[in-house]
Order: sequence, then C-alpha cells, then structure tokens
Amino acid sequence: MQITFPHMGNVHIAIKSLLEKLKLDVVTPPPITQKTLTMGIKYAPEFACLPLKINIGNFIEGLENGADTIIMAGGWGPCRFGYYAQVERDILQALGYRFKMIILEAPDSNISELFNQVKDLGENVTFWEVLKAVKFVWHQINAIDQMEKAYEYHLAYTSDKESADKILSTGLAALDNCFHKKDVDRVCSDTVTSLENLPRHNKPVLKVGLVGEVYTILEPACNFNIIRFLGHMNVEVTRSIYLPDWVNDHLFKGMLKKSNRKEVYKQAAPYLNYWVGGHGRETVGCTVGFARRDFDGVIQIGPLTCMPEIVAQSVLQRVSEEERIPCMTLYFDEHSGAAGVYTRLEAFIDMLERKAAAGLNIISGRIN
Amino acid sequence: MIKADSRVRKKGAGKLKRVGIPRGLFFYYYYPLWKSFFVNLGAQVITSAPTNCLTVQQGIDSMVDESCFPIKVYFGHIKELCREPIDYLFVPRIVSVERRSYICPKFMGIPDMVRARIKDLPPLIDTIIDYSRDNKMMDNEILKAGKLFTSKISRIRDAYQAAYKELQFCKALAGQGYTMAEAINLWEGIPQPRFNCDTHLTVGLLGHGYSLYDQNISMNIIDRLRSMGCKVVLPEELDKQAIESRAALLPKRIFWTLGRKMVGSALYMAQSQDIDGIIYVACFGCGPDSMVGEIIERKIAGKPYMLITVDEHTGEAGLVTRLEAFCDMLKRRRIRNGADHFSPHG
Repeated sequence: MQITFPHMGNVHIAIKSLLEKLKLDVVTPPPITQKTLTMGIKYAPEFACLPLKINIGNFIEGLENGADTIIMAGGWGPCRFGYYAQVERDILQALGYRFKMIILEAPDSNISELFNQVKDLGENVTFWEVLKAVKFVWHQINAIDQMEKAYEYHLAYTSDKESADKILSTGLAALDNCFHKKDVDRVCSDTVTSLENLPRHNKPVLKVGLVGEVYTILEPACNFNIIRFLGHMNVEVTRSIYLPDWVNDHLFKGMLKKSNRKEVYKQAAPYLNYWVGGHGRETVGCTVGFARRDFDGVIQIGPLTCMPEIVAQSVLQRVSEEERIPCMTLYFDEHSGAAGVYTRLEAFIDMLERKAAAGLNIISGRIN
Repeated sequence: MIKADSRVRKKGAGKLKRVGIPRGLFFYYYYPLWKSFFVNLGAQVITSAPTNCLTVQQGIDSMVDESCFPIKVYFGHIKELCREPIDYLFVPRIVSVERRSYICPKFMGIPDMVRARIKDLPPLIDTIIDYSRDNKMMDNEILKAGKLFTSKISRIRDAYQAAYKELQFCKALAGQGYTMAEAINLWEGIPQPRFNCDTHLTVGLLGHGYSLYDQNISMNIIDRLRSMGCKVVLPEELDKQAIESRAALLPKRIFWTLGRKMVGSALYMAQSQDIDGIIYVACFGCGPDSMVGEIIERKIAGKPYMLITVDEHTGEAGLVTRLEAFCDMLKRRRIRNGADHFSPHG
C-alpha cells in the first residue's frame, strides 16, 4: 500500500512520520506548484473553495507518483470541508484513477475513535506503537511550530532576511529526516539559535495579527507566502492559528494541552455570539485580542466564498471601529497575480506605518 | 405586505406591539409559523414588500460583496423594515432545523452580522433555532421570545402549537402544485391563479427556497417555465421520505438540510419517467451549492440537467435564452423518444 495525503503547510513532515511509524509506505506529494493548482482548477467544481482545488492537484500528483491510497480528513459541517473527501473521490474516480480512500472522520463522541481509526490504518501495529507514534508526531509538530514562530519573529527584526528564509527551510528539511525525539530537539534548537544570532536592524517594526481560515494561514502556496512577504517589510506577524493548537482542538478535543479557545470565544462577544463553523469565531475573537494587545493592524485571509470567514468579515468592520484597529481582508482563489496582492499589502503596511508614526508624534508632542 | 395606513401610525400608537418579519431567507419556509405565533400572542406582524430594485440596492450597499445574493437581499428587507414603526424585528439565528444537520454558517451569524452592519436597529428578537441536538433548548427559546408579549407560559405554548398547525396547513397547500410563495399568499387570503395551460414538458426545479420563490432573485424562473408550457415540479411536492431514502444512497450523509433535500430530490427526479429534465438554481458564492451542484451533476447521468447561477446581475435575457434552449432540447428529445442524439447536459 502506497499512501498519499494532501499538503497543508509543513504538516506533511508530521503526517509522513506518523504514517511511517505505522509501517506504511508513504508517497509525499510534490510541493504545491502552479501545475498542482492548474490541475486542481481544471477538475474541481468552479465555485468550490481553494483548498479543495489544491487537494485535487496534490492527489493527482501523488497518484501519478505511484500512490494507490489516499488519506483525507472528514468532518460534520457546517463548513464545506466535511464533504471534501466525498467530492474529491468522485472526481478522481471519474478521471480514471484507481485508488482506495481512507477518510478519518473527526471523533463525534470520544477520543478512542480516532486512535482506533489510526490503528486500523497501520499494518500489524499494536496500540502501544500507535500511542508512541502519536507522541513522537506531537513532539515533531511542536518543534515545527517553535521553528516557525522563531522565524516569524526574527524575520521582522533581522537585516539579513535571505539567511532567515534559508535557515528555516534547511531546518524543516532536516526535521523531515528525524526519527528520534533527540534529533528533533537538536534540529529545533539549532534552528532557533541560528535565527537568534542573525544581525539586527534598528528600524521600527510593526506588529500585525494574521487571522482567518486555517488552511489559508498554514499553507504558503495558498496565500502567496504572506508571512514571508510581511517579514521582509519588517512586520512581525502573529497568527490566530498555530498547528499544535489546531491539532489539539480539532483532532484531540483539547486533550493534549490546555486550550485557549474559551478565552477567544469570550473576546468574540458581543460581536459574534455563536459558533459559525470553520474558524469564523476565532477570527473575530483573535482580532479583538490583537486590538487589546496593541497590535498595529489585523489582516484576515481566507479562500474566496469561505462561509465562516464571510460572517467574520462582515462583523470585523464593527470590531475595527469599536476596538480601534485597522483591518484588511484578502481572499485567495485561482488568480495567480502575486503583484496585486503585494501592492495591497504594501499599501496597508504604509498606512499602518504612518499611523504609528503619527501616534508617536502625538505622544512626544504631549511630553514636550 | 405593508398596508398604506401603517406608515401613518406613530410608534407605540395603539396597544398592539408590532413585529417586523423580513421577507427573505427562511420566510418562505416558516412565515405562517412565525406570523401566527406572534399574532396569537396579540402582536401585529408587518412584513417588508416583495423584493424589488430598492431592496436589492439597499442590501448590496449594506452587506459585504463576498456574501451570497439572498443574504444581501435579506439585509435590504431589514433596511426597509427599519423605517417602519415597529417594536421588534424578528431575525432568528437559524442553526439547524433537524438533528445533526445545518443550514449554512451565514445563517448562524445573521443577527450578529445585522447588528454589525445596520445602524439604528429596533430591538431584535434573535431566537436561536437549533434542533441539531435536542428540542429542549428550542423550548426555552420559544418561551424567551413569547415572554416579550405575555407572561403566561401556557399561552405561549398554545400560541406555538396553533401556529405549527398553520404551517402544516400551508405546507399541505404547497404539496398540491403551488409554490411556497403562492401557498403563503393563499394562506393569507390572496387568491392565486392556477396554471392550467396545456403542459407538454415536465421540469424538475431545484434550489434553495429563498432563491427559488423570491421572484427577484430567481428572475421569476417558475412563471417563466410555466409560460413556456412546462409543468414545474418542486422539491416541496415530492414525498419527504422518498427524498430522504434517495439521499441516503450517498456514502456519506450530507450535513446541510437543504443540500440533502436537493440531492434526494434530484436522484428521485432522475429516476422518474415523467420528468424530462432538471434545472438547479444556485446562488453565486453559495458554499453548499458548490458541492451539492457537483454531486448532483455526477449522480444523475442520463437526465438532462442545467445549473443556473444567479446573483445581483439583472440581465434577464441571458436566463430566458438558456431556459428556451433547454426546453427546446427537451422537446426534441421527447419527439425522438429513446434516441440519444442530444447531449443530456444543458
């Protein structure tokens, strides 16, 4: 059994090592390129959201590289993601691919369902081995997260942006080849240290919150690598969603670590008082949180026609007025013109810079 | 419909409390229930006028561009009602109308979106309609809404029971070949003409009620088809259990109530010999429709099928041309009975 899976940022490192620990042959789909997207666009329904299109591209490339099994997550709505796997299977079968699709449904009631699904997936693995695999992967996920966080922070403050990019990509590549906890720790701390040792500039750094739909935030190919672009403009980006939180909240129902979701929901009121599927409520709650922690601005990103994000977007204007924080919404779809997106981001950052500069003047004016 | 004299009356005049119900979204599924409930509790119910250019314009102005058309229209209706002397505006948060199924995330955020985007709102009655887990919460929500008008719990319960019967009556009318919009008019005592022209084609028409039955959103597609000599079969006319059993053939249960109804109806219609073709009216940017439309297209091979996407564009000629072409194709298929000379896809 040759198994393939969809990309989502750097998650492929974790999925690959999980499947390998379950003694499965893994075909990691090639990194997302324009070709991936083109194939996805060609075969996916026109009005489906972007992640589905990219998934289809990943699967086709994975199947063409020799995979015969696809692993995909499910869900029970109301977000469209829950029905992705079904539509994707139909599309690929109609294209003539022969494969088996394993759909991991999010546990409805208790956590052992997920463990059993994972166990059934593996060949001749004991429950103990599954537990060990999950533990290792959780460790790896946290390492990825630490490296990404360090990168996002230091990228804004360093004058040597290219080296920062290089350090992260080498670090992630090294992490991909780790099989022991010790190696993971070493790669992680090495990467973080070299990022810390980069030369610094002393220009002002803006703090921007990045909120929105999880796939768009985690997958650079889906958002024109917005975090790197902002970092190169001396903007420190803090995200509303980090990988471990997402895994913890959505796959393990908050069993792996303490969840801050309740806090976020509290902040979302009174702007958004009910869950709306996807990450709509988190988007609003985190925007309020960023505003109260004196961030300079918030950027909301999501795939075009994402339902929960539209709900969030339509209340963000009120949040922006009442919490006094500039907000911008960017939707991503099939268009591939990065320049248009970058121009808008530059304009937004320029505006934030001026606002910050004006704010400083007012304060100094008062002191004098 | 707004009566002429209602505009003259000042707020608070008379003893009756006035509740505004926007003529959009689930109005076409539940209006008889909502109206009777409030009327039984001694309130006066005011609805906005049927969707017109002004409604659309105001809706587009007040809602984000990325939203789907019916939501924008709903905002237009709310804007219109805001100008009326009403004490409450009924904007329910419709999460789920049956177990483990949802409508759409946007429906779940409606009261918050309305509060965020429309200024000078009257007090909202934002009843949470959520049957996804149990009926207990719904009981509380009904009592909460009713307590605005009376303190007697038994009276609220009676009002709801009676209102529910009215809804059943109205749905029974819709089962007889009337659209829900016509059934609501009949229920309100407005006579409706019966379309008895000699029909030579039968077309299954699918789509969310709030876009199909709103003459502006659907560009009057039902009457257009009828005047082209088609008998229009709507999901409301089909047997509910038959729909469910067809929808259950899919490997995974569809967790959108309307989506499942559409897929079930489409599969049912695809097998029915009487139905010549199926038209699906989808809204641009509708999340569930983007999936459901695809599923239907793949599952009903062999039956002519056309997907029409509507949004705020006003070019009706384009729609008419497509309908005519589709009907022409169906007619020719009928003449050459059994011959597969014509592509089954419109």
